[in-house]
Amino acid sequence: MLKKLSKTSRRDYITYGIVIAFYLIVQLFKVTGLLSSHMEGLLVPLTYYSLAAVSLNLTVGILGELSLGHAGFMCIGAFSASLFSVYTKGLLPGGLRFFIALLIGTILAAIFGFLIGIPVLRLKGDYLAIVTLAFGEIIKNILAAVYFGYDEAGLHISFKSFQLQGEGKMLINGAMGIQGTPTDSNFTIAVILLLLALVIIQHLIGSRDGRAIMSIRDNRIAAESVGINITKYKMLAFTISAAIAGSAGVLFSHNTSTLTATSTYFGYNVSIMILVYVVLGGIGNIRGSIIATTILYALPELLRGLNTYRMLIYSIVLIAIMLFNWAPKAIEWRKKNLSSIKGRFAK
Amino acid sequence: MMNFLTYLINGISLGSIYAIIALGYTMVYGIAKMLNFAHGDVIMIGGYLIYIFASSLGLNPVLSIVIAMAGCTCLGIVTEKIAYKPLRNATSNLAVLITAIGVSYFLQNFALLVFGANPKAFTSVVSWEGISLAGDELKIQGVTIVTIVVSLIILLVLQLFINKTRSGQAMLAVSEDKGAATLMGIDVNKTISLTFAIGSGLAAIAGALLCSAYPTITPYTGAMPGIKAFVAAVLGGIGSIPGAMIGGLLLGVVEILSKRYISTQLADAIVFGILIIILLVKPTGLLGKNIQEKV
Repeated sequence: MLKKLSKTSRRDYITYGIVIAFYLIVQLFKVTGLLSSHMEGLLVPLTYYSLAAVSLNLTVGILGELSLGHAGFMCIGAFSASLFSVYTKGLLPGGLRFFIALLIGTILAAIFGFLIGIPVLRLKGDYLAIVTLAFGEIIKNILAAVYFGYDEAGLHISFKSFQLQGEGKMLINGAMGIQGTPTDSNFTIAVILLLLALVIIQHLIGSRDGRAIMSIRDNRIAAESVGINITKYKMLAFTISAAIAGSAGVLFSHNTSTLTATSTYFGYNVSIMILVYVVLGGIGNIRGSIIATTILYALPELLRGLNTYRMLIYSIVLIAIMLFNWAPKAIEWRKKNLSSIKGRFAK
Repeated sequence: MMNFLTYLINGISLGSIYAIIALGYTMVYGIAKMLNFAHGDVIMIGGYLIYIFASSLGLNPVLSIVIAMAGCTCLGIVTEKIAYKPLRNATSNLAVLITAIGVSYFLQNFALLVFGANPKAFTSVVSWEGISLAGDELKIQGVTIVTIVVSLIILLVLQLFINKTRSGQAMLAVSEDKGAATLMGIDVNKTISLTFAIGSGLAAIAGALLCSAYPTITPYTGAMPGIKAFVAAVLGGIGSIPGAMIGGLLLGVVEILSKRYISTQLADAIVFGILIIILLVKPTGLLGKNIQEKV
């Protein structure tokens, strides 16, 4: 059946297949009790980082612009959705509440992606990278400093701590963040969301719009001269990318009950970590992003036995892989040796 | 008023540290066209070296700084040779960026392993108390004055080095056009090594000043100043040495003043906000050259 399909749709179905197979294997391990509770706790984070990596790959690999502020969009998705869930806790049933929270987080991240995209996408190369980093840090800093709550007098928002009058609730408590988000997300929902994001992104890449976006990446001036609306397609890719990152943030915030805008979760180093997943998985290779995220996220956890050395080993492995993958000399060496192996098989 | 002057001077001092770090960033970017994300961590390593020699072994501070500079210079050259040089002609610029991030992780975790996560108390390399002006109302710390003077000296020496010496001219040539520079008989590899050596040596000085002004050191001490200095370099126009200086000073002053008068938590947001505004008005930074794209 697969042979009948075109090369691109075959590639797409293989990607879905890998995700579903991974999900089924994990379920099998869960049923047979082979999965430790520690590993089980990693499943949802693994999926939302995959989601973030896939969405960043849309900006970096397909659009060809380096963004270092992706964690900022995750932060917006996480906070807006958590705010809704905390506010409506007890008013709405769990499933519906999470669905609406997901919509809110995704749409708000998309809006911010659009608004930030307007100034940012006018810049080029490394300047664009540093400005996205700046936006990400600004979002994180503001959300870490803001106080937001409601009482009998109405809604209050301030950068200074304040007292509520009468009946009311503090929703965002400055650096303490949002407390008591219902833990609505689980591995099944996360995987469904990842599949949905894959359908959207792979469909986009295969479409006329996707080809327009890639033509901008390959040669902006040539694309412009054949009548492609550069701004429109750049904004399209950037907004979709932000929206998916926002939905990753929603999963993040509904996985634990406490949400704080600290550098550990939403700083530029998180954006960089996701970028590492994207580059190691292959720039522009959607399936690669998921595989790289799974391996690289699990690697430090699997090396836990080595304790203090694990991050050191991780960094050395990272440098070694980059050199092996990208150095022109290493590529030459690989070509020579791999072709000789192939030659031997041919005989 | 006197308070404001004190904050302003503190801001200029912090800005001078950013400027020294930014000089390293901007030189490396100008010549190797790479964002060296590990630069901030070289500062941290420099800080720890001085901590070992001056705070623990009780060596003369100036001598410890010289040793730390030598150490960081070697570190800079070695990382360039091992991690960055093989990727110089890679098909994507991202490759060397990720490798630099790997080097940054490596240095941080190496320091974590050797020195532990707990902050270490750093003895200031400047023992001078400072001066009091206007009848004790305006006190300026010794570190503050030394930092400003040192950064001015570095800027002057660097300008002279680049404009007056053969190696400096070679650097300019390589940053302009690598291929043409090679044809003119310039050893590009050596020039790039030299740039990394100077940048890393400056990072050691920045480490000494930074840890003296804020006297603790952890494996993550260099990360945020590194990013801020990167912002300063971009603000001033990346690749431009006076630009790095102006960007650094502007950033330091804005950061200290907004910490004092607006909000401590929002100071970083304001600093990054200024970067965004300036880049939107002048997309290549304050002193950056605007290069027209040719078809």
